[in-house]
Amino acid sequence: MQFLQQTINGITIGSFYALVALGYTMVYGVLKMINFAHGGMFMWGAYIGLTVTTGLVALVGYASPWALVPTLIAVMVAVAGIGVLVERVAYRPLRTAGRLAPLISALGMAFILESLARNVYGASWKTYLPGLVPGGRVALLGNVRISVMQVLVLLVSFLLMALLYLFVYRTRVGTAMRAVAQDHEVSRLMGIDVDRIIATVFLIGPGLGGMAGLIVGTYYGSFDFTLGWSFGLRAFIAAILGGIGNIPGAMLGGMLLGIVETFAAGYISPQWKDVIAYVILIFILIFRPTGLLGERVAEKL
Amino acid sequence: MKSLQARLGRIPPLWWQVGLLALAVLLPLPMSDYYRSVLWRTALYAILGLSLNIIVGYAGLFQLGHAAFYALGAYTSALLNLYLDVPLILTWPASVLVAAFFGYLISRPIIHLRGDYLCVVTIAFGEVVRLALVNNIFGITGGANGLSGIDRPVLFGLVLRTPLQHYYLVLFFLVLTLFAVRRLENSRLGRAWVCIREDETAAEAMGIDTVRAKLLAFVVGSAWAGLAGALYVARVPVVSPDLARFIESVVMFCIVVLGGTGSIPGVFVGTLGMVTLPELLRFLQTWRDAWMGVAMVVMMIARPEGLWPSRRVRMEIRGEEEEEAGFPTGVEEDPPDPSSDNSGEPDFSGEVYQLYDEETYLITLLEEGPRGLPSEGDPSGKDAV
Repeated sequence: MQFLQQTINGITIGSFYALVALGYTMVYGVLKMINFAHGGMFMWGAYIGLTVTTGLVALVGYASPWALVPTLIAVMVAVAGIGVLVERVAYRPLRTAGRLAPLISALGMAFILESLARNVYGASWKTYLPGLVPGGRVALLGNVRISVMQVLVLLVSFLLMALLYLFVYRTRVGTAMRAVAQDHEVSRLMGIDVDRIIATVFLIGPGLGGMAGLIVGTYYGSFDFTLGWSFGLRAFIAAILGGIGNIPGAMLGGMLLGIVETFAAGYISPQWKDVIAYVILIFILIFRPTGLLGERVAEKL
Repeated sequence: MKSLQARLGRIPPLWWQVGLLALAVLLPLPMSDYYRSVLWRTALYAILGLSLNIIVGYAGLFQLGHAAFYALGAYTSALLNLYLDVPLILTWPASVLVAAFFGYLISRPIIHLRGDYLCVVTIAFGEVVRLALVNNIFGITGGANGLSGIDRPVLFGLVLRTPLQHYYLVLFFLVLTLFAVRRLENSRLGRAWVCIREDETAAEAMGIDTVRAKLLAFVVGSAWAGLAGALYVARVPVVSPDLARFIESVVMFCIVVLGGTGSIPGVFVGTLGMVTLPELLRFLQTWRDAWMGVAMVVMMIARPEGLWPSRRVRMEIRGEEEEEAGFPTGVEEDPPDPSSDNSGEPDFSGEVYQLYDEETYLITLLEEGPRGLPSEGDPSGKDAV
């Protein structure tokens, strides 16, 4: 029974990782660059969500879980805006500048986002209003219980992932995105506006990341400005685990990381859960450097 | 900046070396202890930057977990002193060896990984080291609080206490590092690293044992970071897992890239920008990181090749534009002084750069290969490749 309970908890946490990992993997796909600022955008999702819910509750007079619906949309729009802005300011000028310069620019952006959050909201732990989170638990199979919040989190995450999957694999823009991921020059020759596609990626990735920030914030209840680095790093590892640049891979990697962490915490030691996750990552990269679903790319000469 | 750099480059190197050394020795004398500590920190991070520059700058391997080796060196020194009562200065070689050993251990299985994948594994390794220290591995590392009560170093009967003494200690090792790095840079091994950075496949085709060269870059760089860790403990008799934080590795990485990868003066510029300046900007308090971030982004957009790049990297990024504007005229007007052979950067003949463009670069590399690399090696690096 405990096994099933742990699996449910693992999948819940895994879906957070998956949502954030998607942002890393999509940007890596089109720009071949690790967007270290993504963790910061995710964290801003949690903060903006906090502001919006607090405002809504003040407006309406009481806290209800329904407030999360408009908040989710507001956060998505706001963080997507941040994403596009970051791309325009910090990454686009460096498109041709090799691989190190964008990496440093991304790290700089991460510093900026974190420091801004710290100064705007303060360094203390922030807490979502208690009435926002739907309470109650549903019993499944005897002792195993799943909270209403978990059900909602899983529903929203899976819905978002399914939509993204359909968008990328079934629409024209999605096809263009995959083309850009393969080759900028050839895509341009085929009439694809590469800059616009990249901007779209920076709309979707951070949008999902921002929503994940709101969900994580409400799920755990409280957070501080270090959320971006700590959670972002692990989500990034999830993206690598699944094979970076590969969208189903990021979902799989996120789920796996969540489950492994929960099991490690439950059955081995909560202190060592992160170490175990990192060691698994190292082993996967040693034996299968492209991740679980990544394809081996032949060396170009 | 460009012409300044060119002009500065014409001063004979010996003057430079003597002048800078004299400045480094005399600078702290009129200062207060606070500024002496800032200088100490600057010199320490310059050593760290130079060590990482071997891995990132020369060999082109993305190492974002360098702080782990710094922490390993610091803990080795602290543990030997606390548990076995080894005098601090005798623990320094052990710190170097332990860091080198771990450098080998971690890099051996991952050396075939390229670019970003290597970067990720090094991040993961850095985090594993930090968490192992936090979790009080083997019950000896003191957990999240770390270890304290470490002795002061005793040198020829003199107990080193004041910031000034420690600054001179670190300065001594900095000069030693500089000497070693300069020798490495122009050695057979150093040129092999640069070759690998530029084109690993071509380097391999030229007969360079790339795995061995890359491993050596990791081991040498890690060993040097271990030394820096030991020097840290000598001054601050407390160690904590914070030494291995990811952000520390990021700062070291930025030191190398901001100044210009593979460039020794660049490491100093990077250290001033990433360590000294933020230290002096303490009055900005919580806004400091934001300014650092803005500086990093602006700097990369304005000068993606770094503030004081090595010539080769600048050519690579700026390409023809710079070639027409800068170098050929300089080369034509002043033929390079023969005495400046071992000046700041390795000296390449002007013609190579006049011809430079994407395709001829590879040809030059290939042509230089048999002549410049396998046969005409520096004796000091003979067994390296």
